[in-house]
Amino acid sequence: MGLFVAQVLTGLANAAALFLVASGLSLIFGVTRIVNFAHGSFYMLGAFIGYSLMQVLPGMFGFWASVVLAGLAVGVIGVIVEICVLRPVYKAPELFQLVATFGVILVIQDLALLTWGADDVLGPRAPGLKGIVRIMDEPVPKYDLALIAITPFILFGLWYLIARTRVGILVRAATQDREMVGALGVNQAWLFTGVFFLGATLAGLGGAIQLPKGGADLLMDFNILAAIFVVVVIGGMGSLPGAYVAAVLISVLNVFGVTYLPQSTLVLMFVVMAVVLMIKPYGLFGREEVAGEHGQVGEPERPIKPAGIKVRVLVAVGILLLALLPVFGSSFSQVLTADVIIFCLFAASLHFILGLGGLVSFGHAAYFGGGAYVAALLVSYLQTPMEIAFLLAPVGAGFAAFIIGWLCMRLTGVYFAMLTLAFAQLLWSLVYQWGEFTGGDDGLVDIWPSEWLNSTTPYYYFTLVFGIGGILLLRHVAHSPFGYALRASRDSARQAEATGINTKRVQWLAFTFAGAVAGLSGALFVFSKGSVFPTELEVARSFDALIVIFLGGVKTLSGAIVGGASLEYAKDFLTRFEYWRLTLGLIIIFVVILAPEGISGTLRKLAERIGIMKDPDSNHSKIRNPAVNAKAHTRENTRENTREDP
Amino acid sequence: MNIILDVRNLSKSFHGLQAVDFVNFEVREGELLALIGPNGAGKSTCFNMLMGQLKPTTGEVFFQGENLVGKYPRQIWRKGVGRTFQITGTYSSMTVVENVQMALMSHRRRIFSIFPYAHKIYKEEAISYLDMVGLADQAERHCAILAYGDLKRLELAIALCHKPTLLLMDEPTAGMAPTERESVMQLTADIVKDQNISVLFTEHDMDVVFGHAHRILVLNRGKLIANGSVDEIRNNPLVQEVYLGGGNLFEVAS
Amino acid sequence: MKIQQLITSALVAAAIGLTGMSANAADTIKIGEINHYKRMAAFAGPYKNGIELGLQEINDAGGVLGKPLEFIYRDDQGKPGEAVKIAEELMTREEAVMLTGTILSHVGLAISSYAAEKKHLYLASEPLADSLVWEKGNEYTFRLRSSTYMQAAMLAEEAAKTDAKTYATIAPNYAYGKDAVAAFKKALTALKPEVEFVTEQWPALFKIDAGAEVQAIERAKPDAIYNVTFGGDLAKFVREGTTRGLFEGRHAYGLLTGEPEYLEPLADEAPVGWVVTGYPWYDLTDESNKAFVDAYQAKYEEGPKIGSLVGYMTAQSIAAGITKAGSTDTDAMIAAFKGLEVDTPVGKITFRGQDHQSTMGAFVGTVALKDGAGVLVDWKYKDGADYLPSDEEVKKLRPAAE
Repeated sequence: MGLFVAQVLTGLANAAALFLVASGLSLIFGVTRIVNFAHGSFYMLGAFIGYSLMQVLPGMFGFWASVVLAGLAVGVIGVIVEICVLRPVYKAPELFQLVATFGVILVIQDLALLTWGADDVLGPRAPGLKGIVRIMDEPVPKYDLALIAITPFILFGLWYLIARTRVGILVRAATQDREMVGALGVNQAWLFTGVFFLGATLAGLGGAIQLPKGGADLLMDFNILAAIFVVVVIGGMGSLPGAYVAAVLISVLNVFGVTYLPQSTLVLMFVVMAVVLMIKPYGLFGREEVAGEHGQVGEPERPIKPAGIKVRVLVAVGILLLALLPVFGSSFSQVLTADVIIFCLFAASLHFILGLGGLVSFGHAAYFGGGAYVAALLVSYLQTPMEIAFLLAPVGAGFAAFIIGWLCMRLTGVYFAMLTLAFAQLLWSLVYQWGEFTGGDDGLVDIWPSEWLNSTTPYYYFTLVFGIGGILLLRHVAHSPFGYALRASRDSARQAEATGINTKRVQWLAFTFAGAVAGLSGALFVFSKGSVFPTELEVARSFDALIVIFLGGVKTLSGAIVGGASLEYAKDFLTRFEYWRLTLGLIIIFVVILAPEGISGTLRKLAERIGIMKDPDSNHSKIRNPAVNAKAHTRENTRENTREDP
Repeated sequence: MNIILDVRNLSKSFHGLQAVDFVNFEVREGELLALIGPNGAGKSTCFNMLMGQLKPTTGEVFFQGENLVGKYPRQIWRKGVGRTFQITGTYSSMTVVENVQMALMSHRRRIFSIFPYAHKIYKEEAISYLDMVGLADQAERHCAILAYGDLKRLELAIALCHKPTLLLMDEPTAGMAPTERESVMQLTADIVKDQNISVLFTEHDMDVVFGHAHRILVLNRGKLIANGSVDEIRNNPLVQEVYLGGGNLFEVAS
Repeated sequence: MKIQQLITSALVAAAIGLTGMSANAADTIKIGEINHYKRMAAFAGPYKNGIELGLQEINDAGGVLGKPLEFIYRDDQGKPGEAVKIAEELMTREEAVMLTGTILSHVGLAISSYAAEKKHLYLASEPLADSLVWEKGNEYTFRLRSSTYMQAAMLAEEAAKTDAKTYATIAPNYAYGKDAVAAFKKALTALKPEVEFVTEQWPALFKIDAGAEVQAIERAKPDAIYNVTFGGDLAKFVREGTTRGLFEGRHAYGLLTGEPEYLEPLADEAPVGWVVTGYPWYDLTDESNKAFVDAYQAKYEEGPKIGSLVGYMTAQSIAAGITKAGSTDTDAMIAAFKGLEVDTPVGKITFRGQDHQSTMGAFVGTVALKDGAGVLVDWKYKDGADYLPSDEEVKKLRPAAE
């Protein structure tokens, strides 16, 4: 009994920092609809700034003052980020801002390295709270009790702020209806800034307050990211009590998991998330999603047409140039270009469902890595010939997408994205932990292609055929009736359903198809590298693809390829320099601000303006207020979702 | 006249609130039947049940002898029931003609085909439907930049292209300029007459209702309070009571 | 495919082609060094410093085969796929003669597989995974640092001397942690069959829930604890464990815990009394060790880390290998590395012919506090050669290489 109580107390104490950081993320998402990837970075900054302050401010007062000041300092940094980076891109397509926040992560990583150095720092202990008290004979650190006591006050304070003050009423109104707040004469920009300040402050507080239980290091930004997303999703996006309950739930379950299922530490959180989302699709306290659905904010997407003769010739010339690369390029240029093609194919497969279907998957790496692992396992265990393993990889990945797609299909928008992430993480942890079979993080090695392909140039051509072939296939399908049905399901699911289209089935098949193509790129990858590791299934891999799609232009067919090629070549070049993350982050931020429609979309606009390309419909300037338009769309979708199934 | 749609004891309650209260009516072949009533009378709930978007609490909906209750909207559509929406739902990323082609592809069950170019199939046929509603000259325009009245016409074209027996139109002239209302309604009346389609529509604009409906149903607080010809409804005291609590609303309106 | 991409590819391809053609005759011997300079900055930095120090000494003494030795450092972002790409670039475009580097074992394994396939020599400097030279070992891969197995065996030897019977283990939930626990169990049970392992804890790497781990271990009431966590996980575990009195009256053994990389951040909270492997550079008096420490301190104005030592020895080993081979031909270098003897700060080490593992050992000692910082006392340098399995066993462990 004593142990049980002590374990619950440990869980509650652990929930403190998690709640603070997650509530900030939840607030920011609730009001601004921005999925702030940089929230982990705010948390890290809070820890480092708090640490530095604690070095100069003595005593108990100094400690707590440092915590508060660190929070405020991070709040100010959040404001700077919001004003300089995010404000210029609010009008961009939905979720586009996450690219900007990704740039912010890179910049903060290098700036933190420059400021605090590479070494981990151990947080100072809280003066006066160093010891333990015995509760039912079990030792409980005093600081844990302090955290348990403080958190409800913060929750209450936030609740008071949101529920009882004018600012809070505006914030709440904004979580439900952004335009309405604008219509009430409130300066929406400053409201967003204020919310960002509050959210970042909470993250900073979370970072500083956990110092006595740990410290600060340069990996903590990514390490907490998955956990806070899980908390926000389980609690319900935008819900503060939800964030608290979910933080406690996850933390307490984790404590018991550690004791009774010590091997479960990687998966438990994601199992809980998947279960909660399948029972309560909008989280424990979440309301049904209002906005954030279809990437339809801003100018509506343009109609597509298969390439005209001029473009076809250009593409043919391009492919010819690529085919001639082995003649004039070095061996490494072939390896590099093959890598880029593989990545572009992967990104294009995600773009297919994201761009055409409005299905935002945060877990697409599951199918890339899945395909790679299918091929590698076949080769390792069954000595399958490379050619057959290669062809079975997309089948296996497609099958995984078929199953996961079926499980995720009932959700939409960000919740759909989160469930795909949960399943991708489950797959990742399965591969990571089932070492006897998958090799764990030691991976599977010596997966090389057959003799006839096993040198640089033949494999380059092999990649060219399947990579470019896959990309062209995706493009062709986009122009086929199936591609149209997918777009129709996104544009107006109601109309599509009312004209005989089973939208969920269309989306499910598209998801499967995209998974299979991602599996194809995974197979190309594994035989080019000769090995595969769980890193290929990681969240970071999924995000890579997501980022380049937005960077390239989510509303253009070529976005993934343009973005993928640009980023991969830029990375290859920049990683040669010391502070490449800073440079890359700044470049991404600049591109995002200068080209809010992505590289491809903005170039197209530019070309139209100076007259190189013809605007297919010169009346575009006359579009009725796009925001209103988009709103009508989301309204419509909300209504549909309330439909009972017969 | 044949009965196309037979609605029996249809009701729907939301958490104890009786939104639609045991409604009975039928739609006859070739008629334009209007369903009217003040806001909150249950018109939209009624419509959504007919089209499969809501499940009725009780009742049956027989379409040409087959019960539609429990079927999905897309299945009901395949039986030959078309629909237009109060707030238009068109595919904003496509051109006008592609919107119609999409419905044709669905009608011919080709949406899972990945080989042909979608923008080429059924194009001429789609244009003929656009021609019917007067949109042929805008066929290649981007749907997102269409005027609202034209979107309504486009929806009508989409609804026509699987040759429905019955058309359900939810406020076909909502949000239009008064002059446009009349022309759109006249167009609809001509087309359905020409193609022998029966129509059930809801409408707020009484000019439109009295100008075009063959028969009128009046719904109030979920109950069907009147069912009759235009003149019968016009002179029904109960209906006048419901609208503005007496006085001759319809005279004023017209 | 879009025009922009074509232009980009064409330009890059052209640029690469040009530089490729203008490659000049090699007047230095280039070594391709791949590491996670950003992702693992705290470890890769001192390692690179060690290499630089070694290079300086080598080149001041006239270089190798009459040419200066040069390292080309590249960041792989901690991604195996990226590392393989960079390896290709280093070997083909930069004309490196061999590859070295990496801290993370899985990246090391990826490069090892690549090296074997493309027939390049790879000296794995820091990765610890046993499989690198055994289960997945190959002809082209050598490893410098003493492996997980060796270090765990050293600690097991110390553990066997006590009367502790029940053990708890705590290790990060990935291959290194699992290897380290398996090796410790194997070695300890061999020495002392009656020991019992009462609980095994597997926190996720860098995501430890220290309070819960401490409670779970306390619940099992072990006589002794074997720790494999490191970095931030270690700091949290030690702090929670000390606060809650977990280590009172218990033996504790820590793999790598005594290395300056991990001990220094703990400052005055270092876990006193733990028996650990580490690097007591502040305490070394013999000539060769002292010379390295002094030179390092003079150059960088800070104490060396274990990474610095490994980096320095990497440069030394490569110089010695190439000198012995007499050329930079891969086959010649492999032949030279087999049985290669190198004089290093920690003494003479040998790259074993049978499994390509060097006999670099480790310092084992007890943690104590001195001037508010954790140090190793009663330490001893244990030669790695004494903690490797027998030749027959190695043969069985190394199926792939035969």
